[in-house]
Amino acid sequence: MTENIIEVRDLVKHYPVTQGVVFKKTIGHVKAVDGVSFDLKAGETLGVVGESGCGKSTLARVLMNLEKPTAGQVLYKGQDISKLSGGALRRLRRQIQLVMQDPYTSLNPRMTVGDLIGEPFEIHPEVAPRASRRNKVKELLDLVGLNPEHINRYPHQFSGGQRQRIGIARALALRPEVIVCDEPVSALDVSIQAQVMNLLEKLQAELGLSYVFIAHDLSVVRHLSDRVAVMYLGKMVEVGTEDEIYERPTHPYTQALLSAVPVPDPTVRESKAIIRLQGDVPSPVSPPSGCRFRTRCWKAQDVCAQEVPLLEIRPGSDHPSACHFAEKREIVVTHEVA
Amino acid sequence: MSEQSAAGADGSGRPSGRLLEVDDLRVEFRTRDGVAKVINGVTYHVDAGETLAVLGESGSGKSVTAQTIMGILDTPPGFVTGGEVRFHGKDMLKQSAEQRRRIRGEGIAMIFQDSLSALNPVFTVGFQIAEQFRIRRGLSRSDAKKRAIEMLDQVKIPNAKGRFSNYPHQFSGGMRQRAMIAMSIALDPEVLIADEPTTALDVTVQAQIMDLLGELQRERQMGMILITHDLGVVADVADRIAVMYAGRIVEEANVYDLYRKPAHPYTLGLLNSIPRMDEKGQELRTIKGLPPNLMNIPPGCAFNPRCPMAQPVCRETVPPLLQLGHGRASACHFAEELVNRD
Repeated sequence: MTENIIEVRDLVKHYPVTQGVVFKKTIGHVKAVDGVSFDLKAGETLGVVGESGCGKSTLARVLMNLEKPTAGQVLYKGQDISKLSGGALRRLRRQIQLVMQDPYTSLNPRMTVGDLIGEPFEIHPEVAPRASRRNKVKELLDLVGLNPEHINRYPHQFSGGQRQRIGIARALALRPEVIVCDEPVSALDVSIQAQVMNLLEKLQAELGLSYVFIAHDLSVVRHLSDRVAVMYLGKMVEVGTEDEIYERPTHPYTQALLSAVPVPDPTVRESKAIIRLQGDVPSPVSPPSGCRFRTRCWKAQDVCAQEVPLLEIRPGSDHPSACHFAEKREIVVTHEVA
Repeated sequence: MSEQSAAGADGSGRPSGRLLEVDDLRVEFRTRDGVAKVINGVTYHVDAGETLAVLGESGSGKSVTAQTIMGILDTPPGFVTGGEVRFHGKDMLKQSAEQRRRIRGEGIAMIFQDSLSALNPVFTVGFQIAEQFRIRRGLSRSDAKKRAIEMLDQVKIPNAKGRFSNYPHQFSGGMRQRAMIAMSIALDPEVLIADEPTTALDVTVQAQIMDLLGELQRERQMGMILITHDLGVVADVADRIAVMYAGRIVEEANVYDLYRKPAHPYTLGLLNSIPRMDEKGQELRTIKGLPPNLMNIPPGCAFNPRCPMAQPVCRETVPPLLQLGHGRASACHFAEELVNRD
């Protein structure tokens, strides 16, 4: 059994909603993440999927210790990261790095690629002595498949896919153990997306990285992930291995999500049964009582409004699902029928 | 309903004349840094009741073609340097601004990708839909409002009456896209151009919107041009597909043929680079390199620097878009070999 590198326990992150200019009054909370627990094992990729507003990016921010959790803990090798400060915090930051979604706005346009990728060494000078930094940057450029000669170029001279490689090189500079990827390929074209995904896989194999891979594209997540967690409105509704989630989903939301993924094969048009969800995601300021998905769920009963379903293994299933009526459903077509 | 759309709506009665035809269109952008050849001879057509998907990556020219059809190309920097856009056989590029304005909305309408910036934030959603009925149909304010509420109802916006006086920011992304659709079909157009209508939306909402579009199209027998980069959406809804690369159509085929046996290496590369849910753990097959700089398109076939099949002839001669039969066409010197393999 491999060790857990990150353990998340009952994590809650609420943002206050205020009214008034001078006398600010809190009138409610956006419950962005509301009781999430999971483990990340060394060397694995955990995919986190969910639609906009489900809290997956907030989760990334808390994992990075960019936000303090409202309640709960994020443990890195048993240490609660929100309790760290000073030198201990700085040492921790070396170990967990972030790759951001938008390669156009996440790179400072006035810095050269060499400065951008070398900047982490300024903050953590113990990693590389000043004299060796330029060579380190060149090595990193080579590692992510960019030409080391381009070290003096500016971000605008690169295409979207190349910029994302710069973002990845920067995240790798300090040799972290964990990389949190927040929608790393969603801004890229299909042919370029595949190049970046291959790069991420190659780096994981070479450097033994663990990834938390956050995305809304279910086929991208499946391709890269060992385990997948599905989020809805601040909660995890289902967690399992890639196979368990994609082949045997038991939560109605996961089923609906999978059935709605367009399949790139016109011959499955007829055999495909899309589960149509009604309406929109409710506001995270006042989520529905009980199960948060019940307002859009076709299985909802009275119990769903009263009891919050726990994320646990239910009879007839092999992985945790947060639904009172979790069951397998066969008709979900997730890929071409060979 | 206008006389024009009444004639187009009966569908079957148009055996020869095409509804909308783009013929050898050429557009360039004249910028300070040089001339970018954005469209280099695009030819496609759409008939009543059919869905043509225009597939391509960013910068392939798919949106600029649509803007030229609609007559909303920014000039300068964009200039049409050749070709025709025929609607009911008449070249729209030669028509006066007033004639073209009359076609917009009633003849050809468009849905944009980003509904938040496409809608005017200082007017209510209802007003923006009703405005068309007042100005184009001469209805009174109260009649126009009634029609606008009907439209909102048709695109399945719950509580249409109450929603009439909401502003765009009060709508969710999916609802805004519905409102955009209501606006575009209000005057009963014969052709609907949908430019990446679901790209900004979540999958479950995307499914709702594509359903709605399909339903409206069948009801009204509209010709639809769906512009997208999403190979999944295309497979779900398209009848025919035109694949664009560097401002040209490189392949055209019906949807089944294209996915079964692409006749252009670029299409093949695109299909191969989708992560398939059933091929996990394998390295994705990618298209190497980058799309060309449109200010400096390589000689010969624009795809040749990235093409695994490239031969000397590809670097010298531009391959014409050759018909392969069954409505298929490919702009590759080796199209026959691609189609006839195994």
